[in-house]
Amino acid sequence: MKETFDFSIVTTWLHQLLSGCMPAWLATTTECVIIAVVLLAAYSLIAMAYIMYERWVCAWIQCRLGPRRVGPWGLLQVFADVIKILQKELITLWKSDKFLHNLAPYLVLVASMLTFACLPWGRGLQIIDFNIGAFFIIAVSSIGVLGILLAGWSSNSKYTLIGAMRSGAQMISYELSVGLSVLTVVCLAGTMSITGIVETQADGWFLFKGHLPAIIAFIIYVVAANAENNRGPFDLPEAEHELTAGYHTEYSGIHFGFFYLAEYLNLFIVSGIAALLFLGGWQPLHVPGWEGFNEMMNCIPSLIWFLGKAFFMTFIFMWIRWSFPRVRIDQMLALEWRYLMPIGLVNLVLMAIVVTQGWHF
Amino acid sequence: MADLQQQIAALCPQAEFDSTGEFLLVTVPDAQWHALARALKEQLGFDYLTALVGVDWKETLGVVYYITNSDTQEMIHVKVTTDNREQPMLHSVSDIWAVANYQEREVYDFYGIIFINHPDMRRFFLRNDWVGYPLRKDYDASEKLNPLRLEDEQNEDDTCSWVEDEKGNVARVAGKVFDDDEYVINVGPQHPSTHGVMRYRASLDGEIVKKVDVVSGYIHRGIEKMCESLTYPQTLLYTERMDYMAAHINRHALCLCIEKAMGLEVPRRAELIRLIMDELMRLSSHLLSYGCLTMDQGATTAFFYGFRDRELIYDIFDRTCGARMSMSYATIGGVVADVHPDFIKDVRHACDVIEKNLKEYHKLFTGNVIAVNRMKGVGVLDRADALNYAITGPSGRASGVHCDVRKTHPYSLYNEFDFDEVIRTEGDSMARYKVRMDEMVQSIKILRQACDKFEAEEGNEYIAKVPKMIKLPAGHWYQQVEASRGAFGVYLESDGDPKPFQKPYRLHFQTPCFNLVGIVDLTCKDNMIADLITITASIDYVIPDIDR
Repeated sequence: MKETFDFSIVTTWLHQLLSGCMPAWLATTTECVIIAVVLLAAYSLIAMAYIMYERWVCAWIQCRLGPRRVGPWGLLQVFADVIKILQKELITLWKSDKFLHNLAPYLVLVASMLTFACLPWGRGLQIIDFNIGAFFIIAVSSIGVLGILLAGWSSNSKYTLIGAMRSGAQMISYELSVGLSVLTVVCLAGTMSITGIVETQADGWFLFKGHLPAIIAFIIYVVAANAENNRGPFDLPEAEHELTAGYHTEYSGIHFGFFYLAEYLNLFIVSGIAALLFLGGWQPLHVPGWEGFNEMMNCIPSLIWFLGKAFFMTFIFMWIRWSFPRVRIDQMLALEWRYLMPIGLVNLVLMAIVVTQGWHF
Repeated sequence: MADLQQQIAALCPQAEFDSTGEFLLVTVPDAQWHALARALKEQLGFDYLTALVGVDWKETLGVVYYITNSDTQEMIHVKVTTDNREQPMLHSVSDIWAVANYQEREVYDFYGIIFINHPDMRRFFLRNDWVGYPLRKDYDASEKLNPLRLEDEQNEDDTCSWVEDEKGNVARVAGKVFDDDEYVINVGPQHPSTHGVMRYRASLDGEIVKKVDVVSGYIHRGIEKMCESLTYPQTLLYTERMDYMAAHINRHALCLCIEKAMGLEVPRRAELIRLIMDELMRLSSHLLSYGCLTMDQGATTAFFYGFRDRELIYDIFDRTCGARMSMSYATIGGVVADVHPDFIKDVRHACDVIEKNLKEYHKLFTGNVIAVNRMKGVGVLDRADALNYAITGPSGRASGVHCDVRKTHPYSLYNEFDFDEVIRTEGDSMARYKVRMDEMVQSIKILRQACDKFEAEEGNEYIAKVPKMIKLPAGHWYQQVEASRGAFGVYLESDGDPKPFQKPYRLHFQTPCFNLVGIVDLTCKDNMIADLITITASIDYVIPDIDR
């Protein structure tokens, strides 16, 4: 089988080039700076692309046109929004905890940035490949809830406090389900390294390979990730019709923008993780026996495969969000503790049996 | 009527009767009124307080109560006057008809009549530091007394009631709305889900709502006061600024009331046009209600679907009336202009499209498991409470009350039409939602029949011959119509002033939403914050209709 372009050629070349002209510590530092710049740029670009994407999808679902006025097809709308939001005054409420109030958006941003950094974008296109990559992602993504709780608490407002409490209850609960479905996949892959998980899917995506338990894990993941992300029908922490804007009611300007940005990046991250765990990551779609088809699929660069899958998953998340009404807090908790988590646990055992018996493909 | 008169006379020998008007008028001294009210409700079945109108008769102040027997739909009205103007007091009937609670607060606000034994004698619309009682005829509107105040209202939590002991001495007892240690959040006046500038103060225990205090009046315009200085055709304008989702219907009500007082015959074709407009308005209102209810529960897409189809109706209004929102179309004696040549075609088209799209709405929302869980069994209002709080319209019918004015007191041409009154018995938010959805089907049915009738109609008469100066004889009239959200009543009192440009002596609008907001506390208690939003969206009030 013809191998597609491996991005590690570029990174190795860069590393050698830098090592040749400077001491090792400086080379590493320079690489870190380059990576950080690329990451930040990718982060903001993806966020903007996602905001536009959501606007178009939402408009399409709601029989509207969406943004059309600023630039061709409204493409510059997001830039206009960003410039506007940068100009706005940062307002802090009287008697609010200024330090925590200002810290909270950064915490949320840092959490999503850390998770974002772990995603393998294509063959060899990854910043660092841990042997416990899956755990790392779960661990750092939980920092976000801290930021949200702080935001709600420090704002000195009753609405934000209720929003923060809701989000605390929600995110901590649904993290369990996300973790369980990730574990199910880890069990099937036999490795926790993200690249390892992707590579074991070269001959078939886990969604198709893993029998029933993989499908169950996928569904649980989609539901729980939606909740993790505070997106409809689980957007209770924001719940604009109940709590005006939930935990970020009292934020303005770019601090609000950070929450907004992080929300869209998180959407990309959960879609990306879904793609990695269940849809083969950057692996092309292969159908056993169809050699010509497989060859053709191989021609598509791995980066496109990954982004394509992530965008597809995002479309599903958006579809859900714009179709369903919001659940109530007790129903949301009941769904997690009474259904998703027990099913997830049983599913994990089921997957272990499938793997030990070798029933999977 | 004579039977009833004898029965009431037996209950209360001091009562005086006048059966010359449209309904039996009973005049009772205040001392006997509370006992008679209880007997009327418990013995004679007058369980629905239709309207409570405060009036200033110059020598005395007083209240006119319109009461209906919900089984026989028989209506009477009772007049009770105060002894003096300085310290006017009447006995409260809020313990008999719960709806009187807010109504009496409104009368207290405007006339300063203190209701003895009322549990919560606060102003309803105006600030608690307002000086004077605006609807009294001797009210001083000087800006020195009531300047534009920019500071917050003080002592919001203070309330009082005037309690009578066994000897008949009345004393003021101070009270508190909320205790100091309660966690009270403001829902409104600026809040995405109050559908306007409504303010609830909700006491919470975690996510559970313990008590809701309604603070109204943020867009109170004093329409009733303004109407007292306008001629009759001018007053019509304000009816559309109450429930703007029932603009045609409210205007129709006032027109009917004035026509009744004048004894004016309206051409049949004009009446048909008005009826079609009313039903289009109802359709548009229920579509909006669908949109808002779904959006308040987070289903934003359904909102746009509802709004999409309202455009069809607004286009019809636009073509015939020249406006989309405040159409100013019906007038005394008919309508102001003839319909657009394509009117009937457009109406039929709108009916077809909406009928088809209704299926889509059900598919999108009605059966959704989240929607069902959010609405079923939430905010249950049983039949007795619905009557007690005088809840009419779709919300009342969802609780099993037969209250469609088009059926109970047919007006206009409704008795010629074949349609069903949609009644459900569950009384929860889901039932209220479903009643609206089914009523749309009935409205479409009425509209189709009306189109047929309209096409069969000959001539192009759209207004009767109306005198240039409209003068009403002395007297008072009450006209109800079925507005989008319930029974909309107009109380019109004329002093028979012989001068040109006669103005109404008293014009009161009994709006359905005013009563609807009265059940917010009852239905939301011990539910969650999210349920508060669902319930208020499902009872579907319009703020300008409360705040007149």
